[in-house]
Formats: sequence, C-alpha cells, structure tokens
Amino acid sequence: MKLVICAGTATTGKTAVLRGVVPRLQKRGLAVAFLKIDVQFAEEDELFAREFSIPTRKVYSGELCPDHCNVMVLGEALQWAERGGADVLLVETAGLCLRCSPYVDGGLGIVVVEATSGMNLPRKIGPMLSLADIAVVTKIDRVSQAEREVFRARIQDAAPTVRVREVNALYGIGIDPLVDHILATADVGDKLLLRGNPPVGTCTICVGKKEIGWQSHFGVVRALDNQTFYRGE
Amino acid sequence: MALHRSESALIEEITILAGHGRDGTPDGIDRLDLRMGDVVSVVGRTGSGKTTLINDIELFANGNTPTGRTILINGRTPPPEYRDDPACNPIALITQHTTFLSDLPVAEFLHIHARIRHTPVAAEGAVERTLTFANELTGEPISLSSQMTELSGGQTRALLIADATIICDTPIVLLDEVENAGINRSRALELLRGYRKIFIFVTHDPRIALLSDYRIVLKDGRIDQVLHTDAGERDLAPIVCQFDDMLSHLRDLIRLGHRVTRSDVASVDVEKRT
Ligand SMILES: Nc1nc2c(ncn2[C@@H]2O[C@H](COP(=O)(O)OP(=O)(O)OP(=O)(O)O)[C@@H](O)[C@H]2O)c(=O)[nH]1
Ligand SMILES: Nc1ncnc2c1ncn2[C@@H]1O[C@H](COP(=O)(O)OP(=O)(O)OP(=O)(O)O)[C@@H](O)[C@H]1O
Ligand SMILES: [Mg+2]
Ligand SMILES: [Mg+2]
Ligand SMILES: [Zn+2]
Repeated sequence: MKLVICAGTATTGKTAVLRGVVPRLQKRGLAVAFLKIDVQFAEEDELFAREFSIPTRKVYSGELCPDHCNVMVLGEALQWAERGGADVLLVETAGLCLRCSPYVDGGLGIVVVEATSGMNLPRKIGPMLSLADIAVVTKIDRVSQAEREVFRARIQDAAPTVRVREVNALYGIGIDPLVDHILATADVGDKLLLRGNPPVGTCTICVGKKEIGWQSHFGVVRALDNQTFYRGE
Repeated sequence: MALHRSESALIEEITILAGHGRDGTPDGIDRLDLRMGDVVSVVGRTGSGKTTLINDIELFANGNTPTGRTILINGRTPPPEYRDDPACNPIALITQHTTFLSDLPVAEFLHIHARIRHTPVAAEGAVERTLTFANELTGEPISLSSQMTELSGGQTRALLIADATIICDTPIVLLDEVENAGINRSRALELLRGYRKIFIFVTHDPRIALLSDYRIVLKDGRIDQVLHTDAGERDLAPIVCQFDDMLSHLRDLIRLGHRVTRSDVASVDVEKRT
C-alpha cells in the first residue's frame, strides 16, 4: 500500500488539497482510505466518508504531540486500511510540534503551507518542511504572481531539495501533478521508520511539572543566556 | 532545467482553445491566436469573467480550470518548466491585488524576485531601474527601504507593473485593470508600449480598449465575441485620448488641492494630438 502523510499548521488547506486528490485517485482506479490525526477536534473523517464513500478514521492525540501520536498508531492504521482494501492511505496531521517531522521513509511526505503566511514561515517550520518531499503552496489566488514567486524562493532557500507545487485548492487547480507524485510513490515496506531525528530527551513540562524556571526542572534544560545543558543524575 | 530565459523569449503565439461560460454555453469562438506584438483588451461587465480568462492563460489551463479552456504556446502544450521554474515562465501577470502580504523591504523583495527569475541584477541595475520605473507611475515615491506591506494600493500596482516589465521582462504581459490604482495611466501605457510583447489588458477604460488591436468581449463567464478595432474607432481614439487627458488634468489639480475652473477644461489643446 502507498502511504501519504500530509502535514501543515492549522487552516493551511490540507483538507482542501486532499479533497482534490481523493476523486482524482479514484478516477485512476485506486481505493483510498483516510486517517486524520488532530489534537482535540476534527471532522474530516465524516466529511470524507460522506463525500467519497471511503473508509475513514480519526485519532485525537490529546496529551501527545500529534507527530508522536502518528508514530504510535500508524502501523495499526496501515493494517486497518489494508483490511478495508485500500491501495493508498492518506493521513492528514496537524503537525503541531515543529521539532519533529511526521514523515515516514518510503511514504510520500507533503507539507501544506499558505502563500499568505508571510515570508519567514518557511524558516520557522523546521523538519516539517525540510524533510518533506513536496511543499504544496495553497491560496495562490490570494497573492500576486510576484509574491507567489518570492514565496517559492523562500521555500527553496529553507529547503533546497523539496519540490514546490502551487495550488488553488478551492478550484482544484494544480492538484493533478500532485496526484502523479502519489501514483509514482512505491508501496511501503513492512518495517516503517520515522524520517529524521526526533528531538532530544523528555521534558519535565510534558510530564506535568508546572513551576517556571529551569531550577525546578531536570533533564535537558536551558537558561536564558546558555545553550541547553543537562541537569540531574 | 532544460529551458532558459532566451529560449522562453522565442514565443511567437499564444492560443486560447474554447471552453465554456458559467452555465456551460461554449465560448463564442473555437480558437483565438494572439501573436507577438499584439495589444489586446479584455472587456465585459463586472463579474463577466475577465480576470478568470487571464488567470487561465497564466495557469496554462489544460481543461483543469472552471472554464474548461486550454492554452497553447507556439501551437503546443506548454512544457511543465513554465510552471515549475519562474525563470522559464514566459508570462508576467499583474493581478488586481492592491496589497502585499510580504513582510520584506522593497529592495529584498525585488532582489529575491530577480534571483528566482534569473535576471542579472548587478550588471544591469535591474532593481534600481524597477524602482525608477515604478516612481514614474506613482505620486508619492517608493523607497527601496520601505516595507512592502506599507505601500499604498497605487504604489503596490506601480511596483508590480515595473517588476513585470523590468525584472520579469517576459514576452507575454497580462494586466488586470491597471487603470484602477490611481497610477499615471498614460505614462504606464507609453512606457509599456516601448517593449515588443504580447500585452493583454483587462480594462473598463475606453482609451486602453481603443488603443488595442482587438478586444475580447466577455459575458456570463464566456467569450462572447472578438472585435477588431476598425477604421472609425481608430479615428476616434485620439479624441478619446483628449477627453481622457482633460479628465486626468482635472484629477491632478483636485489631488493637489487646487480649485478648478472652466479654463482647465478648455486648456487641453484639442489640436495637440491630431
Ligand atoms: N482562497 C483559497 N482558500 C483556500 C484554499 N485552500 C484552502 N482554502 C480555505 O482555507 C480554509 C482552511 O482550509 P482547510 O482545508 O480546512 O485547512 P486544514 O489545513 O485542513 O485545516 P485544519 O485541518 O483545521 O488544520 C477553508 O476555508 C478553505 O476553503 C485556496 O487555495 N485558496
Ligand atoms: N467560465 C466560467 N465558468 C465558471 N465560473 C466562472 C467562469 N468565468 C468566471 N467565473 C466565475 O465568476 C466570478 C467572477 O469572474 P471574474 O472575477 O473573472 O470577473 P471579472 O470580469 O474579472 O470582474 P471584475 O470586473 O469585477 O474584476 C468568479 O468567481 C469566477 O470564478
Ligand atoms: Mg483539515
Ligand atoms: Mg476582475
Ligand atoms: Zn514532537
């Protein structure tokens, strides 16, 4: 089965892009399954089930970062999609933690960014952009051609190996080349590995310590004037 | 990349193959070939699909836009490089947008744009020339250190026109309602006409329409007809220009805080242009 992981910060147009992708994959004879991973609210599963009659699911990551949640559930999700007879599993994830990437070796990694999001965005989203295969730029109808091209340059500067695809997701413009990329992606193997290196250490805030100030924390910490250092046993 | 600026400059013709209007009625012509050097207007009421038509051209539509139209360049399907590499894109489009969202200074924006369009900046001073061109069209001058987001609607338009002409310097230029931005329109037309390109003006302005070789008329999202400027209209053009100059003269006086009198209407020399 082919695996496509589509990440991007809130309201960039991930769902709008995938709504263009699904019918085009179906037209090429592929059976599609859809999984949405979000922190606390999502209704894409109902939308895609209703609109395209495909198997869909959602997972709330809650306490976990969505990318970590993705690592936990993806293996079983592929089995679920397989049982449902799918040829492609599309995963839409919020990708909120900008330190790790949600992409998997052997799958296709797509990051969705908006043309309207400001020229520094490509520098701010780290591995979510640099480890992707394709950066889809949505909302090109909202900016001038010059601005669209400068935004492309900013993406290429931050992530030289990523292919840039510009789309107007509302009208499905620019979606066809994306579908060609998916069709050209090989099936994933049995053993799946996360792309890139996850961030170091576990943080004590994540496990519930609320005191402000590094003096109250252990493990990898940092002070205002220092780089991170290790505190504790 | 296989193509370069010089090769994309070998464009002789764009073809629009018919699509359909909003209700599915086919365009009124099967195909329309626009040749190098043509100056074309796109006219029609608000909402008739003018912007949509030039967007089709800029997107190299191949039946995948809401209109179902197809665009050919030199009679063939345009290569994917045109869309994937701005340095190969033979089209510059000046959209109706009158604001920038870019949080960048003007100089940096223009330098990045020149880099991705492969325009040599150092030798030819392209960035400075772009600014000079833009400032010929605006009232209050733009400076290279302004933030893009601070520019007014008219300054934004002026900069986009200058950027398209000097930095993009493409063989095909599409302009969406240049007249609406409060820029110096006559100067813009004069400067633009110094270049041999295919110009497509979306316009509500009779002066621009009559200076074109022909005009594409849109109705309900479809191409209704194509009207070539006839001899009578050509004779009329200078008179329309005089009216227009008179109105710009009045507009300028009012903008600068002066009073206007009957003599300002008479002051336009009717013989000057004929
Ligand atoms: N103008 C324009 N609007 C778009 C485009 N793509 C998406 N939108 C709009 O942007 C909004 C958010 O799009 P979604 O597809 O829901 O975004 P998302 O990334 O799935 O959002 P979450 O799942 O909530 O994080 C919607 O109102 C879309 O209609 C586009 O290309 N152009
Ligand atoms: N052939 C078509 N099929 C479907 N929808 C269309 C077609 N042509 C135009 N439209 C839609 O009609 C609306 C108005 O079109 P457009 O913005 O191109 O008008 P316009 O002539 O540029 O108007 P204005 O003078 O106000 O700028 C848009 O939403 C556009 O998507
Ligand atoms: Mg969504
Ligand atoms: Mg318009
Ligand atoms: Zn994380």
